[in-house]
Amino acid sequence: MNFPILSTLIFLPLVSAFFLFLSKEQKNNNSAIYISLFSSIATLVLSLFLWFSLDWSSSDFQFVEEQSWINDYIKFKLGVDGISILFIVLTTFITPICILSCVNSVKNRIKEFLIAILVLETLMIGVFCSLDLVIFYLFFEAGLIPMFIIIGVWGGSRRVYSAFKFFLFTLLGSVLMLVAIIAIYWLTGTTDITQIYETKIPKEYQNLLWLAFFSSFAVKTPMWPVHTWLPDAHVEAPTAGSVILAAILLKMAGYGFLRFSIPLFPVATEFFTPLVFFLSIIAIIYTSLVALMQDDMKKLIAYSSVAHMGYVTLGIFTLTKQGIEGSIFQMISHGLISAALFLCVGVVYDRLHSRQISTYGGLVNYIPKYSFLFLVFALAALGLPGTTGFLGEFLVLTGSFQKNYLVAVLATFGVVLGAAYMLWLTKRIIFGQTKNEEIKNLKDANRLEVLMLGTLAIFIVFFGFYPTPLMETFNVSVDNLILNFNQDLDNFKLVKND
Amino acid sequence: MINSLNILLPEVFLTLSIFSILMIGVFTKKSFNLVFNLSTITLLVTAGIIVNSSNVSEKIFLDSFMKDSFSNFFKILILISSLFVLNSSRNFITAKKINKFEYPIIILISILGMFFMLSSNDIILFYLGLELQSLALYILASIDRDNLRSSESGIKYFVLSALSSGLLLYGCSLLYGFTGSTNFDLIAEQLNEDNTGAIFAMVFILVGLAFKVSAVPFHMWTPDVYEGAPTSITSFFAVVPKVVGLALLIKFMFIPFSNIILEWQTIIIFISIASMILGAVAAIVQKNLKRLLAYSSIGHVGYALAGVATGEASGYESAVVYISIYVVMNIGAFSCLYLMKKNGEYKENISDLSGVSKKHPALAISFLIILFSLAGIPPLGGFFAKFYVFSSVIEQEMYSLAIIGLLTTVISAFYYLRIIKTIYFDDSVITFDPIKDRFAQFTIFLSCTVLLTFFLYPSFLNNIVNSLFIN
Repeated sequence: MNFPILSTLIFLPLVSAFFLFLSKEQKNNNSAIYISLFSSIATLVLSLFLWFSLDWSSSDFQFVEEQSWINDYIKFKLGVDGISILFIVLTTFITPICILSCVNSVKNRIKEFLIAILVLETLMIGVFCSLDLVIFYLFFEAGLIPMFIIIGVWGGSRRVYSAFKFFLFTLLGSVLMLVAIIAIYWLTGTTDITQIYETKIPKEYQNLLWLAFFSSFAVKTPMWPVHTWLPDAHVEAPTAGSVILAAILLKMAGYGFLRFSIPLFPVATEFFTPLVFFLSIIAIIYTSLVALMQDDMKKLIAYSSVAHMGYVTLGIFTLTKQGIEGSIFQMISHGLISAALFLCVGVVYDRLHSRQISTYGGLVNYIPKYSFLFLVFALAALGLPGTTGFLGEFLVLTGSFQKNYLVAVLATFGVVLGAAYMLWLTKRIIFGQTKNEEIKNLKDANRLEVLMLGTLAIFIVFFGFYPTPLMETFNVSVDNLILNFNQDLDNFKLVKND
Repeated sequence: MINSLNILLPEVFLTLSIFSILMIGVFTKKSFNLVFNLSTITLLVTAGIIVNSSNVSEKIFLDSFMKDSFSNFFKILILISSLFVLNSSRNFITAKKINKFEYPIIILISILGMFFMLSSNDIILFYLGLELQSLALYILASIDRDNLRSSESGIKYFVLSALSSGLLLYGCSLLYGFTGSTNFDLIAEQLNEDNTGAIFAMVFILVGLAFKVSAVPFHMWTPDVYEGAPTSITSFFAVVPKVVGLALLIKFMFIPFSNIILEWQTIIIFISIASMILGAVAAIVQKNLKRLLAYSSIGHVGYALAGVATGEASGYESAVVYISIYVVMNIGAFSCLYLMKKNGEYKENISDLSGVSKKHPALAISFLIILFSLAGIPPLGGFFAKFYVFSSVIEQEMYSLAIIGLLTTVISAFYYLRIIKTIYFDDSVITFDPIKDRFAQFTIFLSCTVLLTFFLYPSFLNNIVNSLFIN
């Protein structure tokens, strides 16, 4: 492959952001929206092309690009496999929707907003493409800058607090990962992960390194008890910011577990599995309960995100085929559903400027189109069969039953709680009595909003009934991941017995 | 003899230029602009001479003066940074009415002192260079003599610096007493761990140097002098003497004290950690930008010293790379200060930046890039600086130093974020005068470009620095 398709994919949004930066400020800013929409759709088309031209039956990294970078021994290495391609497509799919959502929700400095979104897109694609730890860290960490600005400039009333909390929490987790990355470099002589997969990291170092990576990923996931930044960030961020945060940024950590923690540190992964199970179960049960008690719609969805990500970490660390596939599917599904739910909140927030559940009620009588779409997403979020939400949770639970009955049973309780808070939310917003007079004059979702939400709804239902294209994409890669993991584990155990 | 003059050519040229520019300054009226331009040219020509000279290591004058690639690199770094510091502050100097013709000349004199320090291979020459530099710096700190703060900072700097020079001189004399020589190479041969007296001498010398780079616990003068001195002087203080101080620390570790490196290392580790922590914590409460930059520079010196603390060539390399990127960031940051002008008055409080992003988007984005870079967030230059330092620290398995260092970057991120918050999130309070300071703008643009594009070829500096430590 001579044409550097991955670099093009990564830097296309950045280049258009640069042009946007140079362009002159205009009154209506339509041209800024068109430029960014055009470039993000071009990126989407490119990533779809990448998805279909990828050989799904191979677990190798494809479209690999290599460029000497720091002192010849740290390389700028990119590549995709069946797992990462889906996250790339998710990113490029969500970004145009975010840009569309700006039209209604962002009132001032829209050009800067679009620049921030496009820069963020570059960095997010970069995270999922990188095959080198240093490159990964670079993209992973750089994403903080645009997100900090997005929350801080266009956020709600407590935006400063939330932006700082988001930034510092994530940074604190990440610096330990940086130490670990450098330590790996000196242990193995490389940061190229395909080479580290071969050379292996000595057993005695694995636990500490695993913890250092975990500190970063746990904050980003977010796992209990370091999840507290998420509700704040979600509540204060503008709609598009919340969407990106929930749909993509949270997935970086899950992806990180799959790409780095498990294959690089198999011994430590096995050792720490109970810890992850424990934290995941708390995340599922406790945050579901917390979600029940929320008055703020965005906060409720934020806590439900923590609970859903609990399934993801649970599934990944079952280290079974069903568990991991379920987790990946759950991440994609949650990416679509949470994005849709945050957009839904954004739609009514733009009209009434309130996120309080008590403001609303009986929406179905006045804005039926919106109410229908909201219902679809709420049902998908609670895991109704026929939507993507069901399959992810189902597979994760199947996987966890193979490992530990207690954990699986507790996680199943979470499904019930999830249904409880989602249904209650729907009942209070969509149905019930209309207490607020303003609702009677509410305009239904306009064409643009129907377009955004409808697209998401179609994909949620489509992949709910027909998940094969997604499952086929990562099937072989997951098989290979588990196979290598078990082999590595056996090898390390053999060494111990000698 | 002619040959040795050839080796000494940059210093000779600089000295003669200083004398002739001084004469021109004295005997022509309103000579500031002329002297300023001549000084700029002198800086450029001196840099040209050094670039053209060979990098072969040579010693002259009974081995007391050494010219090598190490000193050449630092001399060029000093000249370039002085060039930018001086020219970007030109409008500031004129507006503050400190445009006396002595100003650029004194800067040249201090540079001459630094040249001799960098090239010294003998304690006496080293001390003479140090004093020449320091005397020039005392005058510079109090150059705005009608201003109480400036005079105060000059006196404060003089008293404390004289004390530290005294300690350093005492250390030098002890060193001579215990080794019987003033030459670095001979000292290195004589020194070993059993020589307890020499270890005392080493501690005294280290104190003197730590004062020059304002490392904790010898940092007390920094915030006051930074705040009191005119901004143009502060930016010179923040950049040039620090570079020289760090170079000297490395040089002492590399040549005279190479046999007692373990003792030396323990102290450097301590002052490195202390500087990182104090730089991070004390800056949080600052309201004045110059004071904040003072504490931030203390922190940055701590990071650079972490590289020095490894006691290995790779660590020194990373420290040199660190200080070079620090120079780029600081010149950019101070040039931003020259643009913060309201009704002809220069503002220096963080709160003055409130909401600047609406009226001055270019200034705001430059601040954003420089501050995130100072905080060490990838993909900006500051991240790579920290990456190299901590990479060499971890190579020596000094994990606790690395972890403490990186945790302090999180704390320091907080106060950099606070400035960005003021610029971007807060409501607009004042609008600065229209910005028309071409050279300062150019400097900011250059510094931001370097920081932004550093990731394209991050080993650029390493490749240069690498060759310095081969001999």
